[in-house]
Amino acid sequence: MNRPAGKLTETPVVTIDEIDRKIINGLQGGFPISPRPYLDAAEKLGIEEQELITRLARLTDTGALSRFGPLYNAERAGGAVTLAAIEVPQERYEEVAALVNAHDEVAHNYERTHTLNMWFVLAVEDPEDIERVNAVIEEETGLKVLNMPKLEEYFLELKLEV
Amino acid sequence: MQVFELDDTDRRIVVATQDGLPLTPQPYHTIAEELDLAPDEVIARMSAMLDGGAIRRMGVIPNHYALGVRANGMSVWNVADERAAIVGPKIGALAFVSHSYRRPRHLPDWPYNLFAMVHGKTRADVEAHVKEIADLLGEDDLGHEILYSTRILKKKGLRLSSGGLSSRDPSTKRT
Repeated sequence: MNRPAGKLTETPVVTIDEIDRKIINGLQGGFPISPRPYLDAAEKLGIEEQELITRLARLTDTGALSRFGPLYNAERAGGAVTLAAIEVPQERYEEVAALVNAHDEVAHNYERTHTLNMWFVLAVEDPEDIERVNAVIEEETGLKVLNMPKLEEYFLELKLEV
Repeated sequence: MQVFELDDTDRRIVVATQDGLPLTPQPYHTIAEELDLAPDEVIARMSAMLDGGAIRRMGVIPNHYALGVRANGMSVWNVADERAAIVGPKIGALAFVSHSYRRPRHLPDWPYNLFAMVHGKTRADVEAHVKEIADLLGEDDLGHEILYSTRILKKKGLRLSSGGLSSRDPSTKRT
């Protein structure tokens, strides 16, 4: 099958050293909201303020970090998010992907290994838009959309160890 | 879920920081200057957003793929609904699980009601982790599968514009 864009294996692995590792493992939460936050955080990590700033800049530039700063919670900020899945016949896959992706409300869309082979995330301002957008996608594609909103979250603090 | 009410000033702060904090020694002062606010006000409002849950956390957002954590499996589980609240937090607490949610079933197509994203360097790692979850669940595991992502069809950040939440490309953000 032709897979032109977005292949997951294309991202190169970034090399990091021990101090980078300490920063990534130690700063996944709890970065201070204070007048000199880099100084406060650097002291805890046992490095200099300027070194922390320089390393965060490099880790962001090289792509080791997607971002540094606040991670906002879309739902708490008043919007709504859902996960939805479609079983797409292989021969229609690209066509359906284009139809789904054309909606601005579709934030992410992934091909996955299952008969339900297309999984997308809708993010909307008004919670009622979820039903409306899913209905439009069903109408445009002629396929059934399974809506799987989060009913409960079993709390997670990101703890990726690198 | 309780909604943290953002006012216009909060929204301006969100828009100014959602791509990241300035890498200046006094980042909140830098934001304050950009937005013509007092630094104390930026600090107070961001602290309130963190306490109220509008900010989930403050810190680094690692890029799993770039750091070599390349196998990411969406493990999905069928557990009795009344057991979900008991086993869900146990799964969420595992070091290799980044998200764990209860979601609705769609019978007969989709019997699974518990989702856990499992991360590892290889698919074999992911499978070993899923086995650990299965062992943890024991008789509560009424069936599970792992779905791997094979292609990103679309990915853009969730963005707040001055008008509200939207999911749009950074290049087309409204201000």
